[in-house]
Amino acid sequence: MSEVLYLGIDIGSTTAKVVLRNEKEVLFDCYERHFSQVREKTAELLERIRPLVEGKKLAFAISGSAGLGLAEAIGAPFIQEVFATGEVVKHLEPDTSCVIELGGEDAKIIFFDGGMDERMNGSCAGGTGAFIDQMATLLNVTVDELDALSEGCTRLYPIASRCGVFAKTDIQPLLNQGARKEDVAASIFQAVVNQTIAGLAQGKRIKGKVLFLGGPLYYCKGLRRRFAETLKLSEENAVFPEYGRFAVAYGASMYAEQQQERFLLDDILERIKASQGQVVLQDRLQALFENDEEYQQFAERHRKADVPHKEIASYAGKAYLGIDCGSTTTKMTLLSEENEILYSYYASNQGNPVEIVREQLLRLYELCGSRIQIAGSAVTGYGEELIKNAFSVDYGLVETIAHYTAAKYFRPDVDFILDIGGQDIKCFKIRNGAIDSIMLNEACSSGCGSFLETFAKAMGYSIEAFARQGLLGKAPVNLGSRCTVFMNSSVKQSQKDGATVEDISAGLSISVVKNAIYKVIRAGSADELGQHIVVQGGTFYNDAVLRAFERELGREVIRPAIAGLMGAYGAALYAKKCRKSSLISPESLQRFAHTAKSALCKGCTNQCHLTVNSFGDGRRFISGNQCEKGLGLGEQKESLPNLYAFKRDYLMSLPEGEGERTVGLPLALGMYELLPLWHGIFRALGFKVRLSGMSTRRTYEKGQFSIPSDTACYPAKIMHGHVQLLIKEGVDAIFYPCLTFNRDEGDTDNHFNCPVVAYYSELLQGNMEDLAKTKFLYPYMDINKPKNMAEVLLKLLNEQFGGFTKKQVASAVKAGLAAYKTYMDAVKEEGRRALAFARERGKRIMILAGRPYHIDAEIGHGIDKLATSLGFVVVSEDSVFDLAKPQKVKVLNQWTYHARLYRAARYAAEHPDTELVQLVSFGCGVDAITTDEVRSILEEAGRYYTQIKIDEITNLGAVRIRLRSLLGALEEKE
Amino acid sequence: MKNHYYVPFTKEMKKDYTILVPTMLPMHFKLIIGVLESYGYQAELLETSGPAIVENGLKYVHNDTCYPALLVIGQFIDALQSGKYDPRKTALMMFQTGGGCRASNYISLIRKALAKAGMEYVPVISMSFAGIEKHPGFRLDLPKIHGMMYAIFYGDLLMSLVNQTRPYENTPGEAEALAERWCARLAAELGRGKRISYKKVKQNYRQMLQDFAAIPKTMRPTVKVGVVGEIFVKYSPLGNNDLERFLVREGAETVVPGLADFLLYCLYNSIVDYRLYGGNALKDQVMKLAYRFLCGKKNDVIRIMKEEGSFDAPTPFEVTVEMAKGYIDHGTKMGEGWLLTAEMLELAHSGVKNIVCTQPFGCLPNHICGKGMMKPIKEKNPDVNIVAIDYDPGATKVNQENRLKLMLANAVPTEKRSHQR
Repeated sequence: MSEVLYLGIDIGSTTAKVVLRNEKEVLFDCYERHFSQVREKTAELLERIRPLVEGKKLAFAISGSAGLGLAEAIGAPFIQEVFATGEVVKHLEPDTSCVIELGGEDAKIIFFDGGMDERMNGSCAGGTGAFIDQMATLLNVTVDELDALSEGCTRLYPIASRCGVFAKTDIQPLLNQGARKEDVAASIFQAVVNQTIAGLAQGKRIKGKVLFLGGPLYYCKGLRRRFAETLKLSEENAVFPEYGRFAVAYGASMYAEQQQERFLLDDILERIKASQGQVVLQDRLQALFENDEEYQQFAERHRKADVPHKEIASYAGKAYLGIDCGSTTTKMTLLSEENEILYSYYASNQGNPVEIVREQLLRLYELCGSRIQIAGSAVTGYGEELIKNAFSVDYGLVETIAHYTAAKYFRPDVDFILDIGGQDIKCFKIRNGAIDSIMLNEACSSGCGSFLETFAKAMGYSIEAFARQGLLGKAPVNLGSRCTVFMNSSVKQSQKDGATVEDISAGLSISVVKNAIYKVIRAGSADELGQHIVVQGGTFYNDAVLRAFERELGREVIRPAIAGLMGAYGAALYAKKCRKSSLISPESLQRFAHTAKSALCKGCTNQCHLTVNSFGDGRRFISGNQCEKGLGLGEQKESLPNLYAFKRDYLMSLPEGEGERTVGLPLALGMYELLPLWHGIFRALGFKVRLSGMSTRRTYEKGQFSIPSDTACYPAKIMHGHVQLLIKEGVDAIFYPCLTFNRDEGDTDNHFNCPVVAYYSELLQGNMEDLAKTKFLYPYMDINKPKNMAEVLLKLLNEQFGGFTKKQVASAVKAGLAAYKTYMDAVKEEGRRALAFARERGKRIMILAGRPYHIDAEIGHGIDKLATSLGFVVVSEDSVFDLAKPQKVKVLNQWTYHARLYRAARYAAEHPDTELVQLVSFGCGVDAITTDEVRSILEEAGRYYTQIKIDEITNLGAVRIRLRSLLGALEEKE
Repeated sequence: MKNHYYVPFTKEMKKDYTILVPTMLPMHFKLIIGVLESYGYQAELLETSGPAIVENGLKYVHNDTCYPALLVIGQFIDALQSGKYDPRKTALMMFQTGGGCRASNYISLIRKALAKAGMEYVPVISMSFAGIEKHPGFRLDLPKIHGMMYAIFYGDLLMSLVNQTRPYENTPGEAEALAERWCARLAAELGRGKRISYKKVKQNYRQMLQDFAAIPKTMRPTVKVGVVGEIFVKYSPLGNNDLERFLVREGAETVVPGLADFLLYCLYNSIVDYRLYGGNALKDQVMKLAYRFLCGKKNDVIRIMKEEGSFDAPTPFEVTVEMAKGYIDHGTKMGEGWLLTAEMLELAHSGVKNIVCTQPFGCLPNHICGKGMMKPIKEKNPDVNIVAIDYDPGATKVNQENRLKLMLANAVPTEKRSHQR
């Protein structure tokens, strides 16, 4: 009998791996990207083993997420990849206690101690190879270069890794503000580590001998280091085996060994070939263009929307410069007095916009010579402040205003502008010549330009070539309209179904458009948008996207030929009002040098990470600060009332008191509102009351090991850290009651808490092992019923401590409720004082409407301070809601906190000097309901609705743009 | 409180309106339609599927809203725009429970979506045993409730019998075909509108059991997989990408706790509320009575199943209630609340060690009573193998199936049940 060889094939989301072995040794292995050509690649790799298997029989098995479809199609044995890994490790390294395997889009963990436990990342979890790829693209380096960069790291920035989109929002500003690439690279790896621990380990400690497998961990030494350091693993316990990339394929070959059937290589190839015809045509969409003629007509129509250009060599006189320093690209235009474009520039900023602008300015000065004088300059975009400071640009203007200025010039009666850039989707309606409503994509849904680009690269195309492919798609795949991470798996699915690159490209373009229309704009029909729609932004250069947009709306739109330059064009137009330009001179430019250093602000407990940019001539620009203190300017000139600060100060000043026993109150979720109540009760009962205090990023990290559901909201997840802190302090008991019902404020259908606020204690009890070290008290009670409260507390406290009388507890409850009322009254009184202050001095008022816990410095990210620095008097929803009548809403008004939102919105709707900005925590299911309502209350009154979505990490740069857009729009209106 | 877009279903409408009902559980809801028809309503079960449903959902509902709302609303709008129904002669019916979960907003969201689609005149009847709104043409009175109760018990039994027969039947499809026949027969019976005789109901139970027992089967060891979770995605093939069929195709026997348990859970919660927070003593007495009555009905099914002896009977609800103790308090009552935890434990205790916990992506209560309870459950029951699967418009089958395959790969097949004939 001839020798049988065992063949294991592992086809993941991005790579294909093959292992061929006999009983004793591995004869062949390889690891290659398949660029979605699953069947072709597999056949190609199998051809390579031909010399080794000539005349021999094979047993084979397939594994991997993309292998699933192939195995089904060719009727091959399939083994789930995590299971395969588990089998291999048990075989090769039986003393392993934990395996961490990162793949292209999946992350897996296997615990061997205490019963085998295998887990994969949920559906919303980045932190994988695809994430690292995306980030490398963003830094304009290869993954290897990224790894090399990370070696030179001196500090780590916090970067969200939940999904690539979030991380991008964190990384982009870091780059734009001049953070070192080395530090960013290492921070990206750290983010992956954090994600693995929080998203996968879910409360189980990673210890003992840990095996790290999968491509990214094999290739990225920096990632290995971050894992080993974070998990505090000794050298012998952090194992990165040579076969790390092939573990799954190896496992599949072991599984093959158990199979009865034997094949010749050609049998297998034959089957793969035969399966190629089986293309699933389900869930497909109409082609973008039926034929070439249709495309030519379309292209012809759009060619008409152009602006005059003039040869720079033939011009003399004044000129105006516009710079748009966007998230991924830098754009510049130089205009003549007659608004002709003399010069334009559009390119990726390659993670270093300052250098790009410097080069371009040098070139411009050279082109201008003495004929042309740059009489005015303006800059807009993410990097606005950095560029403005670096090159003494005359004006900085917020993007929305720049884009409107440009679009208006193009089409004076424009009533809707949609801009899809590299990173953001912005759209605004124009009414009566002023920006009427602004919508920006939330951090979670940026299906934008960089997203298409990343996909194009992943499939081995340039973005231009990829877009051209899309035009040809005969049956575009339907990919839905969710965020990037989901999109990855949708693409995976369609690959499994045998979709072509053309159809995937077209499908992605359509999904970008759907995302913009339904998720960002939230429109039901084209008429909701407007009659004269101008689309712009680099992404609209992609004809597939443009076509999909027109198709989806059923309306023709205008795409200026300079779609990607509109921000810069608008800025240049804006610069024309300049009288004398302060732009850096050619001489200074020669001497210009830029360095960036990181520092930690010591102005307050927030400890903002600052980036200090120096420009060679003693000028500096500092970014990363939440308030003005970090700028070295000392206190603000004028301090405006800020209810968020007032509430924080009030709560933090509640005295701890003295007592034999200490009760710990975790300052999170509902505790932010009810603290005076529980504090009052426990003080009256003679307890010392220890607070966990305001959160910091550290608080979250302390507790992240025990979070079981990583898609819960940040305010909930940070609770783990607060509880951990109190346990460490050794309090006698920790108290966070389960409150199905919140306070009944008498104006609603019901007065519930949301499920998370109500029952989070149950989750803590089940998942925080350290709670065994203390008493964790989480009684159920109704805080509207003093008698019920007293009964419950009496029973509980006597069970736990003993010695309390009924009378004592009843009067303590009374005292607590009185303290709560005093607090709420004080908040309302301060609210009125703030309103009066604003009106006396003619200041704008902002109702920063969220939940009580949004006042937390970490959860709210200091947005309140940002608002006051922009000149707003900040009040909270709970300080003013009672000034408006109960608001009728179209939904069930059944949560106490949310009812306040509606009434606060009513107040803003009735007062022209008051704007409402709603804070929404990512993952807040209830806000999917409230946001539409709040928006409609405001918009029906002809007012702006601004929503800010916040999560673990929020980049204040993006928030600043939003608030400044609002401010800009308000000013424009006046 | 009256809703903004509240359009009452009038007595006139009863004459010529078609009421569309979303399919959460195909068999149960067919029987419920039977009950509705017996009272002179024209009702139709929406069994449509396809991408247009999600598209419409995404278009007319806030995209962060839970997936079931998106699907149900998408399905309604899709049907109303299909041309098959005259929107001016159509009403919609939605079942909901109320409570602190955002799911209690489904009715409002349907109305908002209808308004957005220009069909705000379509009445939406909320079928809630808590009685959220009044519709003159549709009163949920005791006889109707009585009829629906049996629809649910019949449905639960049929579902359980199909699940226990399907993996073993010699002729594929036989169990489902038998269930179809029974469903039609029972719907007609319930649709006759006469007083329901409990004696007859019990006779039906027995006959059903005999019929299913008579299906020729070949017993073999299989992996038993329990399915729990948010009520819609747990039951609806539309919501869970045909989860049950997938599991069966993989050779598993599915075990799905019945709908009656959810009703019992709702009643039990009222009793717990009274115990925890006080309130109306009379209402409490009524609830207790209803609870005991319904428990009795379920226990009758269990007794009859045991007498017949071919199939595993469900666990009495009184036992399920006790399961939650030591894990989660009965005060956790939003969404599926403590019942979800209890069901996982009940499955584990009855030998179903492999469990799929389904939820819409971002489901608030399930953070706590689903995913939040997995660690304590696994700690105290180390042989339990649970996988959490999220459902969402963007979640793909391939990712879900890969995770299910992992769960199945770790599953140990249980020997064929000993008492099976």
